[in-house]
Amino acid sequence: MSVTVYVPRDSSALAVGAEALAEAIQREAAQRGVDLRLMRNGSRGLFWLEPLVEVATPAGRIAYGPVQAQDVPELFDAGFLAGGAHPTRLGPIEQIPYLQSQQRLTCARIGLIDPLDLDDYLAHGGYRGLHRALEHAPEEIVAAITASGLRGRGGAAFPAGIKWNTVREAPGNVKYVVANADEGDSGSFADRLIMEGDPFALIEGMTIAALAIGATQGYIYLRVEYPHAHATLERALATAYRAGYLGADVAGSGKRFDVEVRLGAGAYVCGEETALLESLEGKRGMVRSKPPLPALRGLFDQPTLVNNVLTLATVPYILAEGAEAYQRLGTARSRGTLPIQLAGNIARPGLIEQPFGISLREILYDYGGGSATGRPLRAVQVGGPLGAYVPAAHFDLPLDYEVFAAQGAVLGHGSIVAFDDTVDMARMARHALAFCAAESCGKCTPCRLGSTRGVEVMDDVLAGRQVETKVALLRDLGETMRLGSLCALGGMTPYPVLSALEHFPEDFTAAAARSRLG
Amino acid sequence: MTPSAWDETTVRRVIDAHKERPGALLPILHALQAEFGHVPRGSVPLIAKALDRSRAEIHGVIGFYPHFREQAPGAHVLQICRGESCLAMGGEHLAEHAKERLGCEFHGTRADGAVTLEPVYCLGQCGCSPALQFDGEVYGRMTPARLDELLREKGLV
Ligand SMILES: Cc1cc2nc3c(=O)[nH]c(=O)nc-3n(C[C@H](O)[C@H](O)[C@H](O)COP(=O)(O)O)c2cc1C
Ligand code: SF4
Ligand code: FES
Repeated sequence: MSVTVYVPRDSSALAVGAEALAEAIQREAAQRGVDLRLMRNGSRGLFWLEPLVEVATPAGRIAYGPVQAQDVPELFDAGFLAGGAHPTRLGPIEQIPYLQSQQRLTCARIGLIDPLDLDDYLAHGGYRGLHRALEHAPEEIVAAITASGLRGRGGAAFPAGIKWNTVREAPGNVKYVVANADEGDSGSFADRLIMEGDPFALIEGMTIAALAIGATQGYIYLRVEYPHAHATLERALATAYRAGYLGADVAGSGKRFDVEVRLGAGAYVCGEETALLESLEGKRGMVRSKPPLPALRGLFDQPTLVNNVLTLATVPYILAEGAEAYQRLGTARSRGTLPIQLAGNIARPGLIEQPFGISLREILYDYGGGSATGRPLRAVQVGGPLGAYVPAAHFDLPLDYEVFAAQGAVLGHGSIVAFDDTVDMARMARHALAFCAAESCGKCTPCRLGSTRGVEVMDDVLAGRQVETKVALLRDLGETMRLGSLCALGGMTPYPVLSALEHFPEDFTAAAARSRLG
Repeated sequence: MTPSAWDETTVRRVIDAHKERPGALLPILHALQAEFGHVPRGSVPLIAKALDRSRAEIHGVIGFYPHFREQAPGAHVLQICRGESCLAMGGEHLAEHAKERLGCEFHGTRADGAVTLEPVYCLGQCGCSPALQFDGEVYGRMTPARLDELLREKGLV
């Protein structure tokens, strides 16, 4: 009888040796004459355990990790194909507390299924949402999204239903659905996990959106830094076409929908939706002034729905299970679940999908297990490179869009990057400004010149030159950028800079400079 | 990928394959770079003509995007992540080590032309920080020692 073994093909697993491991397992099985079926799943998002192997046994899928190629002979000797004991044995995967305690709705299938096997997708609830959607009028689909309380997961947290309705009602025969897969925020990887681990969820979400707004063409704007996601998406799209889920007659509905992947080219600002549209049109990624909203005049001047990958990948669940199932989770105006991405200096980095309301402390300690280095955590940056630094004193904050906003912080795309007490917050402030200077599209002066000036000011602060004057100047610069920038790149770079200054003033002093130089 | 030498027939073939697509410019530039390892300068007038846009515009687009190169890079490209998650896990140290080993700064190429060193802002591998990319392959949980090992494996030290 054949045994099924799962080794992730997710790029994070590959980055720590999964390919060599997969080969070693196959070699060893051949040598021992074992009939073994190797499945390449996505990652469960328990990164500290990667490469994580699962073996299908009568008692469920048993996990081993982290496992390297050289461990393979020993694993076979230990009878791991029957779930045998070994120091890397973690037990049934679904009972690992990190995973078991989560409520995975958007990310339910990652790591579970073969990402490229449409039948596996269908067997795990795939395309149920689309079939539901096909039973309803477009305005009813939009009403379900509105009722679910889903907000955009790309950063701005705009209510998805309102945006969908604007595009639906916009006059025009040609409309577009654009999936924002630029995932530029450092610390973020949930879009990638979906695209590599459950690509049909994104495709299905886009298809439902197309039905709702009346679009026939979709684009996935994918960052070029994700070659593995690119390959997976291309193969999934080809499969969806072959099976009739895309093309001239979507699932026998008589409706047309086409999807194409377009690659970005390394510009962070192209994650901003209007710069993204310029880029799709073949231009430099310069941010457009609004109005007009992309919902009314977007790609090639036509009404366009731009949504983040996670927003779209959540849509099938909402249609399949009903808006209420999603809406009943969460806090005040932050409904449903957030796929939280925990990274940086943390013992157990990974994907944690939980309803809004969970605290930073639970994420950092119950899940994360504290710092990787064993030193105290000093700060976390939430919401990407434009997100504020949150000091340890505020770790009890619940994840909720409005609670964070009231603290001058953001949830953004849901990334949390942890730092231990060796971090130099003045250097991190300089880093934020240098990032903005490098990535500014150049359209507005406060962003373009302010960030460059800010780097110079921080160089003075770091070196201890006229620190008090320079710190005052830094505050002014931050205020100018915040108020005078067209988009959030210039407008929010002050968040990490000024939060670092506010919560860690001791790093912005002459004394700190002396010890830095000393 | 072995970059080919300049050859106008290939450039024309690549342009023709994509020029009818809406927003064709980025797909064309990606395809040219896949073919030649960079976007050859000589292709700019041909692209401009095919898309009915000015040469200055095409140059402007190539210059705007960090991914597109007008010059061939070294035989290998090493990209070190500069994102916050990697910085939190010793990414700065890793970057300094790479510079010292290769004897060049970011955006520079080792004297013998073998490796070009570049910064990159997040590879989406933040769960395995610090991360780097070598000729398109990702490596996580890197240390200076593991980088040395990688360079040895690739026959670069
Ligand atoms: C500088 C900048 C970068 C951005 N990068 C991304 C990104 O990588 N991915 C994303 O989905 N949204 C990004 N956004 C937000 C988008 O502009 C837009 O709000 C989002 O794609 C809308 O989709 P949503 O409503 O589903 O979140 C960025 C915004 C700014 C200002
Ligand atoms: S804030 Fe910066 S990135 Fe945004 S539009 Fe202005 S110059 Fe461009
Ligand atoms: S910050 Fe380095 S991979 Fe994301």
